[in-house]
Amino acid sequence: MGADTEDHMEVEDHKEVKVEAVPESRLVYDGFSPDYLRIYYGRLFPYAEMYKWLSYGHDGKHPGCDASIMGRREFSFTLEHDIYIRYLSFHDVSEMEATIKSKCPHKIDIGALYNVEPAKRTAYAGGSDRVFAPVERELVFDIDMTDYDDIRTCCSGADICLKCWPLMNIAIKILDTVLREDFGFEHLLWVYSGRRGVHCWVCDARARRLSNEARSAITRYLTLYKGNENTTKKVSLTGPALHPALSRAYEICRTYFEEHILPNQELLNSEGHFEKVLELVPDESVRAQMRDRWQDNRRASVAKDGISASRWKQLKQALESKKVTPSVRRSLEEIIFSYTYPRIDIEVSKHMNHLLKAPFCIHPKTGRVCVPIDPQDCDNFDPTNVPTLAQVHSYLSPQNTM
Amino acid sequence: MEFRSKSSSVVAVKAYGGGAGKSKVSMYLVAPEADVAIEDFEQYALDRLHVLIAIEENRSRGKRAEDVEAAVMDLWRKHMRTVQSDDLLQKDVISHFVLRLVHCRTEELRRWFLEMETALFRIRFRMESPELQKAFIEEHKLPYKIISAAEFDGMKEKLAQVMRASGQGAGLVGETAFYKVPFEEVLDLVATRKVYIHQGHAYVPREQLVTIVANHFRSMLSQALVLTNRNWTAMFAAQEEDRLTPILEALSKRYLAPDYSKSASGSAVTLQELDGLAMRSFPLCMRHLYLKLQEDRHLRHGGRQQLGLFLKGIGLKLDDALAFWRGAFAPRMPAEKFDKEYAYNVRHNYGKEGKRTDYTPYSCMYIIMSSPGVGDHHGCPYRHFSPENLHAALSGMRLSPKSIDEVMEKTRGRHYQLACAATFEGAHSCQCDGINHPNQYFEQSRKFLKEQAEKATEMETDS
Repeated sequence: MGADTEDHMEVEDHKEVKVEAVPESRLVYDGFSPDYLRIYYGRLFPYAEMYKWLSYGHDGKHPGCDASIMGRREFSFTLEHDIYIRYLSFHDVSEMEATIKSKCPHKIDIGALYNVEPAKRTAYAGGSDRVFAPVERELVFDIDMTDYDDIRTCCSGADICLKCWPLMNIAIKILDTVLREDFGFEHLLWVYSGRRGVHCWVCDARARRLSNEARSAITRYLTLYKGNENTTKKVSLTGPALHPALSRAYEICRTYFEEHILPNQELLNSEGHFEKVLELVPDESVRAQMRDRWQDNRRASVAKDGISASRWKQLKQALESKKVTPSVRRSLEEIIFSYTYPRIDIEVSKHMNHLLKAPFCIHPKTGRVCVPIDPQDCDNFDPTNVPTLAQVHSYLSPQNTM
Repeated sequence: MEFRSKSSSVVAVKAYGGGAGKSKVSMYLVAPEADVAIEDFEQYALDRLHVLIAIEENRSRGKRAEDVEAAVMDLWRKHMRTVQSDDLLQKDVISHFVLRLVHCRTEELRRWFLEMETALFRIRFRMESPELQKAFIEEHKLPYKIISAAEFDGMKEKLAQVMRASGQGAGLVGETAFYKVPFEEVLDLVATRKVYIHQGHAYVPREQLVTIVANHFRSMLSQALVLTNRNWTAMFAAQEEDRLTPILEALSKRYLAPDYSKSASGSAVTLQELDGLAMRSFPLCMRHLYLKLQEDRHLRHGGRQQLGLFLKGIGLKLDDALAFWRGAFAPRMPAEKFDKEYAYNVRHNYGKEGKRTDYTPYSCMYIIMSSPGVGDHHGCPYRHFSPENLHAALSGMRLSPKSIDEVMEKTRGRHYQLACAATFEGAHSCQCDGINHPNQYFEQSRKFLKEQAEKATEMETDS
């Protein structure tokens, strides 16, 4: 199938990708089982830490704390056979632990902190000023690799590999910088989503109290990529200068583009690929010029990963030359941004009541643990080597190895 | 806000806190501590309503912002004018709070009021000097700080870059006054990357500050409106049912008829015409007063006011008015006594004495709300007469029995103005939707009769 062909290609290339990652990830599907999950919940799931995080200091041990806070936080469970329960809440950590252990949810989502206990919401509502409504909620972001499908050539859909993963690193670095430097947030938690993306939880009190409008505004501040299959240009930079946040992001994007994305995705190797890049150049003469040179070079004996790099040099030179108009020069940045700039799912971030998967869950499709990622060290994070349920089970009981 | 019913004609408004401060523009955070005469209660609100409606009209005509501003400020000065300058602020605040009451009851009213008041605030705040704007911000403890020269130097490159990037000019262009505000206050600018933000603060030029303060004003007023509605419904609606509620209802219909301070046709009414006009075109309330005046050769104060201002509204000049009243009183009062005791009042009504306010004729609302006592003949007959007396009066107007029944029915239902309209229909055999003002009745009647006369002339010349 698709994966098999890829194996085949990997062996031939023996270049950037670690081969041993692939066989292990195939074990994942065998590694997820409700029994292992039960054991995971029984012995490994970090209840105390999770509770401590979400209670934000209101853990009932000191005066002035709001004991109702945990009871008003919504959780949702996805059980076996896709049964979905919402508006769950727990009054203390032992209740949370007992419920999770007994129900053994395949997925746990964390929702907002409401004005009353979710379970009592219908009793509360009545009258225009008594509405069940969210009061606080972390600012969250969800970056999903499928949103980059139009620029990935290595995989598509739910698959990921180390060739396309650097796109996530770009997103992590840019978002982390924006959230900390521009917005002044400090308490950020980055988490692997378990399959093909990352989540960010911003937990500062100021972030938790943001209105939906504010969340939407922050997300739009971070959005550059617009459009769909019908539009050609999805990153459109107008104006004689870039906003400082974008020029700062550009440095990160450019580095990753030239070091990882360009070679990994072989963006200029074949005609099918380089035509897509040339589409973003608004100058026919430049496009024609490149086409001529690259079509001639088709048979040149340059090492494969050198082709894209050398062609990129040529394109850059043409676009940076003094002879072209400012809008053509701009397209250099547009190309780089198109292939690297973070693509955020705006719907996830916009609403306070949106539910997002909890850290340390097990992803039901991959069996991988949703582990935290250190944004300062994200380049060393390997999504293909994240512990799976099966592995974790084997660590617990070494004699029961697969 | 609290309403103490000192007497039926004075509304006492109690405050919750401090005053408005040095700035001419107010955030209307606290209700004024003042006794407000009930005429002022309505009149101030009407004046302000003129301005708010003008804002709506100007905006809907798609005028440029500068033109709207100029027009609105003109109207503001015209309508909110008072004799002493410190009264202006008082009128500003009182009128705002009355209109707040008027517009708190439904979502639609609240939304309209919020929009117009915010626009008004924005226009007025923008006209203030930078020093006053700064004082305003400090006084209300708003979290907007002007940045120091050192801070500015550190970030002016980035600020200029933002200006260029968002197409707002080729850099700073000499603008050096920047304010540091929480980014939550400028979400639009954040979303479109039109502002420089750092560590949770947005750095905005002074021009932008106006928008921010206006947005702040809007959110405060929005919350206040909800609270006002709650408080009014819970505490005052019941006790004010007969006194303030009708005024508020009327104001909420945003009916701003011409105020009839000058007669519509512009032509004066002569003394000789008065009799004929009274019989044919006066509404019942004025006709009654007129007849009583002929009969008793006297009217008490309430009646003199109600009729006197009405006459002014239909175009009776001051000299004619003086002659009219002197003549009416003459059988029971020597001219010298009239001149000594009553003439002043007539001139006062025409704005020639004292405060020199050109008083406007009373509206139906106002008349209905009055409480005529023993010996009084003013007020609204449909409200204040006994059914028998009303019936008799309507017969005196030569209404058909059918018309009279209709009028009586409306009266029983307490729809006084519809009763008056039914009277009009009976007297003129033409349709009338509703009467809001005695002078409106008069003018509609004149118009109808004129048209009738013209048609008659046409027919004569044809045949």
